[in-house]
Amino acid sequence: MKKKDLYFDEHKTLHELKHFLPAQAPLKDFIHHNTLHAFQHHKFYGALQQASTIFGYKTTLSLNDFRNFYKSGRINNQILEKVISDKKGKAELAIWLDKLIKHHYEYEIDARVGKLKQQWRNKYKIDMDALVHPILFRITCSYLDQGISIWNFPIEHRGFLSSIKELEKLSYTSIFKSERVKKLLLHSSCSITSLLDILIGDSSLYEQYLFDTQFGHQGWSGMVAVLEDNPQTLLDQKKITLNDFIVFELLLQINALDSFSNWEPLAKTIKQIPIPIFDEVINTELHEVITLWQDAFEWSYYDQVLAGLSAQFPIEPEMPIDKPNFQALFCIDDRECSIRRYVEKYDPSCLTFGTPGFFGVEFFYQPKNGKFHTKLCPASITPKYLIREINSRGLNESDANFSKHSHSLFRGWFITQTLGFWSAFKLALNIFKPTTTPVSTSSFKQMDKFSELTIENKNINQKIDGLQVGFTIDEMADRVEALLKSIGLVDNYAPIVYLVSHGSSSVNNTHYAGYDCGACSGRPGSVNARVASYMANHPKVREILKGRGLDIPENSKFVGALHDTTRDEIEFYDEDKLSEAIKALHNQNKRTFNKALDDNAKERSRRFILIDSKQIASKVHDQVKLRSVSLFEPRPELNHATNALCIIGRREMSKHVFLDRRSFMNSYNYKIDLDGKFLSNIIKPIGPVCGGINLEYYFSRVDNSKLGAGTKLPHNVMGLIGVANGIDGDLRAGLPNQMIEVHDPIRLMVIVEHFPEIVLKAIQVTPETYEWYVNEWVHLVAINPEDKSLHYFKDGSFSTYKPITDKINHVDNLEVLIESTEENFPVYTIN
Amino acid sequence: MEKIIQIFILLPLLGFLVSLIIPCKHENLLSRTAFGFVGLNLFCLTLFVIYWLVNAHPNLNLNEILIYQTTGYEFLLDFYFDKISVVYLLVGSFLTFLVTIYSRYYLHRERGYKRFFNTVLFFYLGYNITVLSGNFETLFLGWEILGISSFLLISFYRQRYLPVKNAIKVFSIYRIGDVGLLLVMWLSHHLWHENVTFLKLNNYELVHEHLQSHSLIGVFISTMILISAAAKSAQFPFSSWLPRAMEGPTPSSAIFYGSLSVHIGVFLLLRTFPFWDYQLSVRVLIAAIGFITALLSGLTARVQSSIKSQIAYASSAQIGIIFIELGAGFENLALIHFAGNAFLRTYQLLVSPSVVSYLIKEQFYNFTPRKHSAEDSLPNRLRYTIYLLSLKEWNLDWLLSEYVWMPIKRAGRKMSFMSFNATSIIFAILLVGGIIAFQMENTIPGNLHRFMPEFYALFGLMLVLKSFAERGNVWHAFTLILMNNFMVAMSISFNEHFEFSHTVLYLSGIVVAGIIGYFSLYTLKKKEIEIDLKQFYGHSYKHPRLAFLFLLVCLALSGFPITPTFIGEDLIYSHIDEHQAILALIISISLIVDGLSLIRIYSRLFLGTPIKRFHEVGFRYS
Repeated sequence: MKKKDLYFDEHKTLHELKHFLPAQAPLKDFIHHNTLHAFQHHKFYGALQQASTIFGYKTTLSLNDFRNFYKSGRINNQILEKVISDKKGKAELAIWLDKLIKHHYEYEIDARVGKLKQQWRNKYKIDMDALVHPILFRITCSYLDQGISIWNFPIEHRGFLSSIKELEKLSYTSIFKSERVKKLLLHSSCSITSLLDILIGDSSLYEQYLFDTQFGHQGWSGMVAVLEDNPQTLLDQKKITLNDFIVFELLLQINALDSFSNWEPLAKTIKQIPIPIFDEVINTELHEVITLWQDAFEWSYYDQVLAGLSAQFPIEPEMPIDKPNFQALFCIDDRECSIRRYVEKYDPSCLTFGTPGFFGVEFFYQPKNGKFHTKLCPASITPKYLIREINSRGLNESDANFSKHSHSLFRGWFITQTLGFWSAFKLALNIFKPTTTPVSTSSFKQMDKFSELTIENKNINQKIDGLQVGFTIDEMADRVEALLKSIGLVDNYAPIVYLVSHGSSSVNNTHYAGYDCGACSGRPGSVNARVASYMANHPKVREILKGRGLDIPENSKFVGALHDTTRDEIEFYDEDKLSEAIKALHNQNKRTFNKALDDNAKERSRRFILIDSKQIASKVHDQVKLRSVSLFEPRPELNHATNALCIIGRREMSKHVFLDRRSFMNSYNYKIDLDGKFLSNIIKPIGPVCGGINLEYYFSRVDNSKLGAGTKLPHNVMGLIGVANGIDGDLRAGLPNQMIEVHDPIRLMVIVEHFPEIVLKAIQVTPETYEWYVNEWVHLVAINPEDKSLHYFKDGSFSTYKPITDKINHVDNLEVLIESTEENFPVYTIN
Repeated sequence: MEKIIQIFILLPLLGFLVSLIIPCKHENLLSRTAFGFVGLNLFCLTLFVIYWLVNAHPNLNLNEILIYQTTGYEFLLDFYFDKISVVYLLVGSFLTFLVTIYSRYYLHRERGYKRFFNTVLFFYLGYNITVLSGNFETLFLGWEILGISSFLLISFYRQRYLPVKNAIKVFSIYRIGDVGLLLVMWLSHHLWHENVTFLKLNNYELVHEHLQSHSLIGVFISTMILISAAAKSAQFPFSSWLPRAMEGPTPSSAIFYGSLSVHIGVFLLLRTFPFWDYQLSVRVLIAAIGFITALLSGLTARVQSSIKSQIAYASSAQIGIIFIELGAGFENLALIHFAGNAFLRTYQLLVSPSVVSYLIKEQFYNFTPRKHSAEDSLPNRLRYTIYLLSLKEWNLDWLLSEYVWMPIKRAGRKMSFMSFNATSIIFAILLVGGIIAFQMENTIPGNLHRFMPEFYALFGLMLVLKSFAERGNVWHAFTLILMNNFMVAMSISFNEHFEFSHTVLYLSGIVVAGIIGYFSLYTLKKKEIEIDLKQFYGHSYKHPRLAFLFLLVCLALSGFPITPTFIGEDLIYSHIDEHQAILALIISISLIVDGLSLIRIYSRLFLGTPIKRFHEVGFRYS
């Protein structure tokens, strides 16, 4: 039995490390999440200060940024004074105002982590990282590679360290120069502790040293930690553990030091032990100042929104639409915010709704000829169902230029002399006339429009890979019921109900998965829309639904669709199954959608400086489409940039407020859910999904160098799992600069139309959900549906909020407004 | 018809100069200037090539724009136009044109937009000069521009550690190629007794006649040409710089390190083909280098798990094959191969980010658990060994640092026995003593006089090594470089009767650059209080103008063609006798180290992560 060390518990430290390392999955499964998830049990501002002190992250905008915002009027003076008075008391207002606006602060961003490792440099003049990182990254990447290399890592199914052992044992050359290290690897247990005994020699420093080394390359360490726990995220599965990875790194470090004839463990040579990284973090005045600025910055926007949504500016009450032309369900995604507005504009007698884009149907999807299953529902759910595509035409083309043969010597010789000239032509073609090529990704390729899907379960005992193929009638009914009731679509059904999912198209985009639907695990939602429509159209399902109070008339049809948010195109599914009468209506609606898409493209284009937004909508739309297939376009779309709000409530509440595509919108009718049963289900994913998106944008924006991926222009694809700069760089987690540069880093404000006490109950369903709100990682406001009063949630309870904004301008002609600037708009009321 | 050739130099030059004066904020104007001038050049070129083809495509020589002349020495610019130039010009202009349009959108809103287009146009200028050059002097001019613009493009993201580190690495290897060329020029002077034009090299009888009496010199010149070509074209043993050059924005990597820059070595061989064509040993050596590279880079490419390093090594391997083709005498095949390889690699690099979605999709539909690769049939032991060696790039990177750079560093550290002050005193004594001795040249005993040049050159080398090893004091490092230049001038003055005007010509650039250099260092010190060389300080973030000024200083001091020192450098070599290999070697090493030391001073002061961290900074390895 080994003696238990008082200071160092290997298992515990590894666990801690995993907790703090970036949790980003490989590129193909890119899903937004809170970058500082490890600090989520702290209050937001406390967490920022801690993360900054410990890891050297820049967790807010800089003081100068805020002061510039203030000067330019983006931070409202009244709000600033209110924020200071609320937090510091009216008496202190002048003092703090001076501190915020004028006082000079000396500061430098510094990190506690890394200080111990740095001692090697001081002592031996050795650049440990330069000696260890390149070979560590290269071998790890080669081991994990998903298909770039032609000659794969020669040993598999053994685990990382055993593979390296095998390689070392059976080769004439060695990774290491030091014989001792080779012996350690081959003939000892090679535990982290035993290696640290050699390197450091004082167990009280071990944990700190491990943090120092792993945060010297948090990208790779994070990736290894993610792959250890989720090996299924790689198609070509690899066994790797953080333990193996660390052991290998420590061996490489000993190897580097062994070039000195005699070196001593670090603990023996250092004079002063650096401050332990998890020692108490002391709040600085500067931090206080910054938090006040951040609050003022956030509330400068929120206040207008709340004023607009509350009853202060009553707009003539809407005449309820008796016989809607059609109803359309969109994803809650902030990018769908504007398209809904335009659809409503071109067909005033339609109704639109927002709901998570997987439409409540969770399953794995297997396209025809696909060797794997793709999860199509929020990442946190593990579905038990499989939907298969049959009778598809097969949509895969290939590009000979990607053939790896061009990298081999002799075939390469032939290829360069022939295909080489062809690629010059193709390159010129794409630059002068961009078109879809096999190398671009398109949301429409996820599923063949004319294929069939195995939606209805034929035999409950037949399982593939432990998954039930399709849903039974009862399972279908449950899902359709939950979907329709949660958004309040319980009566007054139109002849056509569209379920519009979304996806995106791009080329040369390593982060393509981050552009698709977050509620479908970073894929397009087309299959979900089709599956859910099928269910809702099923006569037997309707029969059951009737018994549960959902009387859908026989001649109402559900139609699935996919909206491509990059190209602003829409594709409808199973149109041929519609009756002639409905088809005629459908064709009419299609015109509405097409006009709306043109306008939507135009509204988006105002952020693309290289497009002249003043042209007519259809022309602008053509240029917007080109972006999605242009090799040279690093911003095919701006994705969730500028997101700031999440509105849960009836459409009437937000319909006449111009929110500038900044809001997630989930339809919800409090009247049919007085006890908040559906509400808690709606709220549960809001934190992880919308809050996760918002905070990932926040942190990537405030520290694009450490928490974001930096500019994407020099990125190099590593093993198909991540990107790095150059060939020796660490993996870059987070979002590239091109995705976040227009984003205003403010937290998400969730606005729920219901009575505060019900909302409070709804967020308390699980401790995880509650943590998001009580620790202020997202803001929460309840709007009383009867008197429109506002209630802000803080420290566990709601208190009334009175907006300061006393005037909100009205915009008659939105088109003129949109053409006016590429900057963020204030809140306006619209018709 | 010859006169028209100048257009293809003047247009890029004009484009470059115009792009320099456009303010940063005019993105549109900058990019339009870039693709406008490159496009216009491409257009004119195409017309001219058609005209040239119709008119029996003669080899054109635009001779002798005289830059400097003195007794027994002249510096000529000379341009030459033949099928090799045509292919290189067309491929280069076409790709640069595409990439400037591409970058117009790709670099939109990027910090350094102007810097990027400036550098690309500068590169394009250097490329055209090189490709159209009619003698070694002109070629060297273009060659130097290529080197420095490569350094600037690799370190484009100058706030990060890795790009700067790799830019220095690539620059160092280029420096070896530079000196190879200088030695070629040195011996050519003696072989031909003039600035030989490439046109004359086509004259078989002439070449043959000269080589017959100097066959050893012939082989030496060819070997130097080969070393320069191998360094520039990432051949064995220099291959490892190519993947490390992939630090800039993808389009710049694509066009320069994927296609144009990396094929300049091939161009040098093609251009000098008539010279070494009849030297069998050289041809075997060229083919052998090509073969080793094709093999090692080919294997290395197979195990690469990052897309850009895979393309880089695959390209290097193909260039290896081009070398074999050249060695075998297939000149035309090599030309076609160059064009194909350049196009293919540019395209592959430009679409490289798509590889994720493309290969993942392919894998999704076609996955088989384990793909069989050719090596699987080898015995395990051999397989693992080759795999591991390929993964370690056959230790080439390590070999270079261990056997080329480390010895220089060590030698520099050995110089620490002389304190800076002692060194300065010795320098002063030598300088004054030298001048006095120079006045009374006839009274110096012959034996002593014979060793004076080597002695001064050696002391100069010690100075510059000391400067290279200086890890703290920037003033010392900078002063030592200036001192070295004086010692080199003295050394040559003693060698042959070196006219006073020559010394003035050589030192004029040095002195002016030195003064401006001190001024910039002084200004920087005033603003930053303390400056030293202990780490990268990234001062270009706060003082971009000062950084640019100091870069010019460094360029001038390292003999870059912006001051007369450039001509002086060539002049110096013309005064070294063909039997003084040792003196030539000392001066060459001293020039290499001089350039390295300067670029190191510049990089440490101005590049890298800014030390004053008021804004976010990346990790060291990111």
